Amino acid sequence: MYRFHKLDKMTSTRCAVCKYFRRRCPPDCIFAPYFLNDNPQRFICVHRFYGASNIGKMLEEMPVQLRADAVDSLYYEAKCRIQDPVYGCVGIITSLHRQIQIAQSQLAKAQAEISFLDANFVGFEPTPSLSESLVQQNGFEQGLDDPFSTWFY
Amino acid sequence: MGSGSSPCASCKLLRRRCAKDCIFAPYFPPDDPHKFAIVHKVFGASNVSKMLQELPVHQRGDAVSSLVYEANARMRDPVYGCVGAISYLQNQVSQLQMQLAVAQAEILCIQMQPEPELPAIHPSMMDCDTKSLVLSGGNTGNFGDPMPQFLSYTSSNNNAIQDPLKRESLWT
Repeated sequence: MYRFHKLDKMTSTRCAVCKYFRRRCPPDCIFAPYFLNDNPQRFICVHRFYGASNIGKMLEEMPVQLRADAVDSLYYEAKCRIQDPVYGCVGIITSLHRQIQIAQSQLAKAQAEISFLDANFVGFEPTPSLSESLVQQNGFEQGLDDPFSTWFY
Repeated sequence: MGSGSSPCASCKLLRRRCAKDCIFAPYFPPDDPHKFAIVHKVFGASNVSKMLQELPVHQRGDAVSSLVYEANARMRDPVYGCVGAISYLQNQVSQLQMQLAVAQAEILCIQMQPEPELPAIHPSMMDCDTKSLVLSGGNTGNFGDPMPQFLSYTSSNNNAIQDPLKRESLWT
């Protein structure tokens, strides 16, 4: 009776990782706070690409307060890789770079048009446009300062 | 073995014999050991092997490149990896779209400006014929509203004044 009672307690408090591996879930299990029993798919998804031991090593190497975000980002990347097995989340990055190029080109055209209209509007004193001052403020006209851009060009 | 007699970078790191049909050999040449080392550290060799086996051969090169990119991003930022880059780029897209909306609104504002009034014409600016025409019309020299006469005389000749409402966009 006692043995069954003990087993029930163990199975009901095991995290998703220990349940997957059918092992005892210790009180200081590194995975337990981030892979709850009620969401086994989360661990299965991450384990498929990274492996439990790699995830464990990554978590051990970072402060406790950052581990939740790290697991969330690993889960996000794993989901992207399931949706796009060739490019994963790198496909999303490529797409965003393209969107930025298009938006920069459109913005440059719009600003040129404003300058043209200013120059040809009789009696209108040309002043720095609001959009130009926004660009100068945020520095986007100078190009991206993106450390992740080297793969694409 | 992959190419020539030298084992590929993955078999070198894993210290095993590099088979002729080694799945890693085409993508992890022996002269770039760091490339496989970083992918192995983040994903693990067996996981990478499974991923490549599930893909057609012509897509494996791109898949390896994206895995190397993700692994590098994860090494650079162990907490957020590529997700940090995605967040940064999404923010830039939002900022640019906002700037574009402001610029487009500004264009509309300029195009909807009322037509500016033409400067009043002083008699000294008129030629003799124009002056006599104005004076013969009973005008005692009041040039407060010269526009109707001016336009009636010069409308077919004056190309200098443009109608601001007819301005066309550079990009239509």
